[in-house]
Amino acid sequence: MSTQLEPGAIPGRKTARKGGANKEVGQDRKEKTQGRAASLLVAPTLIVLAIVILYPVLNAVYMSFQQDEGLDPVTGSFVAGGFAGFANYIHWLFQQCETPTGPASCPPGTLGAQFWSATGVTFFFTVVTVFFETVLGFWMAVIMARAFRGRTVLRAAVLVPWAIPTAVTAKLWFFIFAFDGIANSVFQTDILWTGSQGPAQAAIIIADVWKTTPFMALLILAGLQMIPAEVYEAAKVDGASAWQRFRLITLPLVKPALMVAILFRTLDALRMYDLPAIMTNGANGTTTLSILVVQQIRVGFNAAAALSTITFLIIFIVAFIFVRFLGANAVESASGGAKGKMK
Amino acid sequence: MSTTTSTVASHTAAAKSVARRRETWASARTYISAAVIVIWCLLPVYWMIVTAFREVGYTYDSAPFFTHVTLDNFKTAFSSEMGNHLDRALLNSLFIAGVTTIVALIFGVFTAYALARLTFRGKYLVLGVILGASMFPGVAIVTPLFQLFGNIGWIGTYQALIIPNISFVLPLTVYTLTSFFREMPWELEEAARIDGCTQGQAFRRIIMPLAAPAVFTTAILAFIAAWNEYLIASILSNDATQTVTVAIARFAGAEPHQEPYTAVMAAGTVVTIPLVILVLIFQRKIVAGLTAGAVK
Amino acid sequence: MGTKISRMYMPLAVAATLAMALSACSGGTGGGTEGGGGGAASENLDARGPITYVQGKDNSEVIRPLVDKWNAAHPNETVTFKEQTDKADQQHDDLVQRFQAKNGDYDVASVDVVWTAEFAAKGWLQPLKDKMAIDTTGFLPATVEAATYKDTLYAAPQTSDGGILYYRKDLVATPPTTWEEMLAMCPIAKEKGIDCYAGQFAQYEGLTVNVAEAINTAGGTIVDKDGKATVDTAEAKAGMTNLVQAYKDGNIPKQAVTYQEEQGRISFEEGKLMFLRNWPYVYNLAKSEGSSTVKDTFGIAPLPGKDGPGASTLGGHSLAISVDSKYKATAKDFTAFMITEETQKFYATQGSLAPVMESLYTDAELVAKLPYLPVLLTSIQNAVPRPVTPFYPAVTLAIQQNSFAAISGTKSVDQAMTDMQAAIAAAGSK
Repeated sequence: MSTQLEPGAIPGRKTARKGGANKEVGQDRKEKTQGRAASLLVAPTLIVLAIVILYPVLNAVYMSFQQDEGLDPVTGSFVAGGFAGFANYIHWLFQQCETPTGPASCPPGTLGAQFWSATGVTFFFTVVTVFFETVLGFWMAVIMARAFRGRTVLRAAVLVPWAIPTAVTAKLWFFIFAFDGIANSVFQTDILWTGSQGPAQAAIIIADVWKTTPFMALLILAGLQMIPAEVYEAAKVDGASAWQRFRLITLPLVKPALMVAILFRTLDALRMYDLPAIMTNGANGTTTLSILVVQQIRVGFNAAAALSTITFLIIFIVAFIFVRFLGANAVESASGGAKGKMK
Repeated sequence: MSTTTSTVASHTAAAKSVARRRETWASARTYISAAVIVIWCLLPVYWMIVTAFREVGYTYDSAPFFTHVTLDNFKTAFSSEMGNHLDRALLNSLFIAGVTTIVALIFGVFTAYALARLTFRGKYLVLGVILGASMFPGVAIVTPLFQLFGNIGWIGTYQALIIPNISFVLPLTVYTLTSFFREMPWELEEAARIDGCTQGQAFRRIIMPLAAPAVFTTAILAFIAAWNEYLIASILSNDATQTVTVAIARFAGAEPHQEPYTAVMAAGTVVTIPLVILVLIFQRKIVAGLTAGAVK
Repeated sequence: MGTKISRMYMPLAVAATLAMALSACSGGTGGGTEGGGGGAASENLDARGPITYVQGKDNSEVIRPLVDKWNAAHPNETVTFKEQTDKADQQHDDLVQRFQAKNGDYDVASVDVVWTAEFAAKGWLQPLKDKMAIDTTGFLPATVEAATYKDTLYAAPQTSDGGILYYRKDLVATPPTTWEEMLAMCPIAKEKGIDCYAGQFAQYEGLTVNVAEAINTAGGTIVDKDGKATVDTAEAKAGMTNLVQAYKDGNIPKQAVTYQEEQGRISFEEGKLMFLRNWPYVYNLAKSEGSSTVKDTFGIAPLPGKDGPGASTLGGHSLAISVDSKYKATAKDFTAFMITEETQKFYATQGSLAPVMESLYTDAELVAKLPYLPVLLTSIQNAVPRPVTPFYPAVTLAIQQNSFAAISGTKSVDQAMTDMQAAIAAAGSK
């Protein structure tokens, strides 16, 4: 029974393998002709990314090796800091500050003292929000994919939270979670939502999950809709239970879309800025790496460039793990997945 | 096991009524779930709308229903005497997000097609570079970009707002489209070519309709992302090109220190409407794509 | 095949080269900032032409009429008015971006009193001396002091602001003049079932304002004349202890650690708070807003001090001229126009913005319109500018984080002040 349920029976899968067979025949010739076409097709994307992303990144990396301007005590003016080596990186990673008495561990209340706590907070927010968004998003997508009257209303409603600009959302939640706000008034509580650590983190997580789950739901929904209905019919005829259908058909077929959604949500969550900035201004254990970057830019751009580069590397490692070990690779997922299913 | 039994016995009338009852129960469950989802998504929006219609003097009234109703906040949001210009900002945002979506989709479809269908060296590098573009903190990109665009006199122009937006949505666009293109029944394309279509024609006539759900989903995601962009627009726009997010951020109370909550909520309500309409339009396309897939 | 691949990577290579070249240029941004006297500061002093004036959101239609008036009289030196957001942080970041680019986008900018030192030290502001001198006779001394860095005036005081005490005159007949007197009245509030005192104690700029007032009132300072930290003194600790103890005792309600200006105002207007430290803007709203329940039952007084009026923190804005402005003669004339006595009267009547000219606080016509002016004058006469330091963003962060920890009880006052001292010192030497 289960053999008949193999997703290998789906047309799309066959092609993946057929493509593989083709590859062996005229590999070299094909690569030549396709390489030219590919470079033309890929070029526009790479050019745009180069202007907007690559230039600022390289600029930041360069700046991160420069000392921030220092104050000339006589004239009271700032003067260029010169080459810094890895000083800016050491400053963050070892939380070392220059003090009047020489280098020492950064005192509380400086930005330098907050690197590791900000990293921890960022990861905490990322893991919790992405987890809830995935679970809720999957559930929403499954409901939205069902045929029932009023489905259009549901789909439109689900997208509304994501469609409201974050600046408005953050204000709205700040307003809801005020001490005299609607949340405390409806639930008859007097929680200091933005005034202490646990509630402040919870408030931000609730706001983020509310806002971003639609993004997950929509991507997963698109994945669900690519699954031909016949596959389910066939499985039903074969007597597969709902759980079996979910585990053996839905999950593997939705996996590519799901992984892309999780990957991009994770990258976004690791750069979370607006919600904590507006709701708590980073107070009470809600300073994320991006908030730290912004606060540091106001103090000194070069150290901020180093912090941005470190953040970039942290996110790079996370993404690498995702792609390498969790199969979030858009190219590999299909063929690799098919291979896995051939058992 | 019980599933097998019921399948076997499905000819008896009793089992039919069981199945019908089960179906009713399943559809009831669907409606309950849908209702829960709609409430969760719209309850805060309801509060936004209530606040949007409330007199400024009662901003902090926490009565959970409409009280002290007024349209003043909407007038404030659109008032050109107060320099708010939400109407102009709406047009700017529509234009910027629209162009961004179209260009990003065209570029994205090209790139995704190459990544999903063609064999070439450096594919993984390209994928990596594209993904890498979503890894740098956005807040740190603004300053260098301001200097770069300042040098070529682009500050305040539409292209200075559109190009960064394209690059922000491209990684997601490319990855989504690539992962969907991989799942396409490409032998149809090959069949079409045997029937005399060029590769381009085959792609347009056969593959694109099948890919419609993915493409329109991506379009919605890209459009909303561009619509919501604030960071770049706040620094690189000027009065004539400012977007809704910037316009809303510039709202102010009548007195210094006074928070313009009600006007912000009114503006939030207004700017959400075009997106809901857009989603409703795109919904049909998604459903159409789905049916096309089923016919095959 | 090799050529094809290299063609594919061409865009990348081009971009990389471009980036290297450009970042090499921008690496030198710090280079040209030395000294306030030479370079750009001595150029374009006599040039006239169209300029741009920038400030935060024009809340109550004050600036636009003034700019129109100027433009009508100076058709060849028109001023374009650029509005920023309402948020101080965003205004600051926008100014930094433009000044850093050194392209003279903004000729005259309205700067918050706490930014003057930073912008001056960066070499972005035109020193207002010699040909560019601005007359500040009759201005409140604290406002001029806040616009001065290293004995040079870098900005012209435009508007002022100070903290005042709002109290319920139906509950206390005479307002308290000292902190102890005020706390001694708290049982009255308790009896009525309302909260006693609140200011701005959420972790943001408002907390720095309130903590600075507490410390200054107790006779302490935050930094000395040379910008060295001075918060580990007995006086500074005493000031901090006053706040911490009042919060612990419940005289400051627990929700006050979430209060910015607006939350405290609302609580006061709803009759749930007996004493409120806030800015003058509350006066009009509490008198007129629909939801206000204290329209006729509140009064105002100078902030309570140690043994007389307390030391308010100075707020307000000054006008600075960009060192890269191309038309500094116009910029100077426009700046002077924006601070004339007549203009200041207009600020006060049209926008409830407090004047910087001392005589206006007793002007009968103005006082009739803004009854809080005499109280505000006492407040500003006793006002201490927030630390005048080029490292203000780091200093204020050090104050906010450590004092918030002390008030919310996660740190002892001693520990908080030791950490604050070290953090301010580290800010100055990084």
